[in-house]
Amino acid sequence: MHRLVLALDTSSAAVTAAVVELTDDGCRTAAQRQHVDPRGHAEHLAPAIAECLNQIGAEPGDLTTVVAGTGPGPYTGLRVGLVTAAVIADVLDIPAYGVCSLDGIAGVHPDVRRLLVAGDARRKEIYWARYETGRRVAGPHVDRPGGVILEDVDAMAGAGARLYADRLELRLLDGDYPDPRALVLAARDRILNAEPTQPLTPLYLRRPDAAVPTGPKAVLQ
Amino acid sequence: MSSDAPLVLGIETSCDETGVGIVRGTELLADALATSVEEHARFGGVVPEVASRAHLEAMVPTICRALGSAGAAPRDVDAVAVTAGPGLAGALLVGVAAAKAYALALGKPLYGVNHLSAHVAVDLLEHGPLDEPCVALLVSGGHSSLLFVPRIGGEELTELGATVDDAAGEAYDKVARLLGMPFPGGPPIDRAARDGDPRAIEFPRAMREDGYAFSFAGLKTAVARWVEGRQRAGEPVPVADVAASFQEAVVDVLTHKAVKAAREHGVEHLVIGGGVAANSRLRALAEQRCARAGLRLRVPRPRLCTDNGAMVAALGAQLVANGATPSPLEIPADSALPITEVLL
Ligand SMILES: [Zn+2]
Repeated sequence: MHRLVLALDTSSAAVTAAVVELTDDGCRTAAQRQHVDPRGHAEHLAPAIAECLNQIGAEPGDLTTVVAGTGPGPYTGLRVGLVTAAVIADVLDIPAYGVCSLDGIAGVHPDVRRLLVAGDARRKEIYWARYETGRRVAGPHVDRPGGVILEDVDAMAGAGARLYADRLELRLLDGDYPDPRALVLAARDRILNAEPTQPLTPLYLRRPDAAVPTGPKAVLQ
Repeated sequence: MSSDAPLVLGIETSCDETGVGIVRGTELLADALATSVEEHARFGGVVPEVASRAHLEAMVPTICRALGSAGAAPRDVDAVAVTAGPGLAGALLVGVAAAKAYALALGKPLYGVNHLSAHVAVDLLEHGPLDEPCVALLVSGGHSSLLFVPRIGGEELTELGATVDDAAGEAYDKVARLLGMPFPGGPPIDRAARDGDPRAIEFPRAMREDGYAFSFAGLKTAVARWVEGRQRAGEPVPVADVAASFQEAVVDVLTHKAVKAAREHGVEHLVIGGGVAANSRLRALAEQRCARAGLRLRVPRPRLCTDNGAMVAALGAQLVANGATPSPLEIPADSALPITEVLL
């Protein structure tokens, strides 16, 4: 069966939209748009989806599935992709599946035996996960680069890995941002088995910054 | 308006309310709301990140509830309107992205609109069309503005004045905290004031005779000083009298300037909107002063005064009816959107 999957990821500085064709024995990116603009997620995403559909002469109603990267990632942008995916899936009445965005980077390197994938978490931290031949074995977590155990890791990938390459000191592979085809492959079994969907919940990994006020005195300050 | 007017879905996420409304012409069909106000209460104010997280969780369920109570399917919606600003940046983004997704998926036009203008337009759902200039007073936790509005729901308006410091609702929140009352401060102060004497304490009325701008920071500080003076002297704080006297100072300035603006601009109608418009003393005093000045007062019911999706849909429906050009999918969320930009 031929499936037309809308793949979205806004967990990083890149705003990614793609239409991916998934069949029982293949997976191919039919159209893809990626804008690297850390503050432009809301502006770029919807037009990027429209351009992808246009490019292959498809209508939104032709989509059969939505796959969205659920992070971890800086929250404001991450929510843009997730609410977009959730609303499109709801109004078209098609399933939406969430995928850890770091899986979308690791999936490009399925043959690396022990891989570290790291995204930029800002505040001098990285979002990271470890993979063994394409399978996630640890994470996602958020830590300072120095807090990540690097023994037994062969290589690294991701924008966070590039940013702290001098500190992590591992062989850096291509692919700074999630790849839409890899995201779809990470959800492949769920899509082909038509598994029930779950709400698209962001992997925030951090609590909101907010302090409970201590007393009424603060009014005069 | 006729029953074949377009069906407009409106989305509002500028602060802590996730609102989705459905309107046909000036007829309100659905007004679904999810609020995160309780999550903010212990912080004494809205925490932007907490609000944004709540918007994401509530968005699809709230859209579904609105469609359900309007008896409509997603495809029945003819246009999508959304608050594009002003408001909390991260919160606005959730609504703007949701509205774009809805419009894109179903091939329907998108209207990114101004939140403040929507507060005025919502009155159409309560009192019907008003095709003449009016003066509008918008008061809430985030804004205090006096506007000249050529036509409710139209694309043009002029700001006559705004607050130079705190919004009126913000002063309510801060004074409530000082008096040990919960957030948001409007309702508990309004309640406590009913048992108090509004003339018990003479709080300052900043800039009362001074153009159309407002200032509430000095009033808030005056209340704090007065209360702390009492506490330092070991005397009890007469909470009801403080609440009543503070409230009187706020609504006296608001209604005085609003009525003055209406008379000086020769309009017949004064419209009041925003969360503080739910305040009983503001309504009563505005009623009294409008009657004396020969003005007609339009204040929507409290449920429509606070932030909601219906107000966005109401403005969207007017823009559609007037043949306004839809917004492109590229529009941003603009946290500082000027009040004069009704449509992006
Ligand atoms: Zn408002």
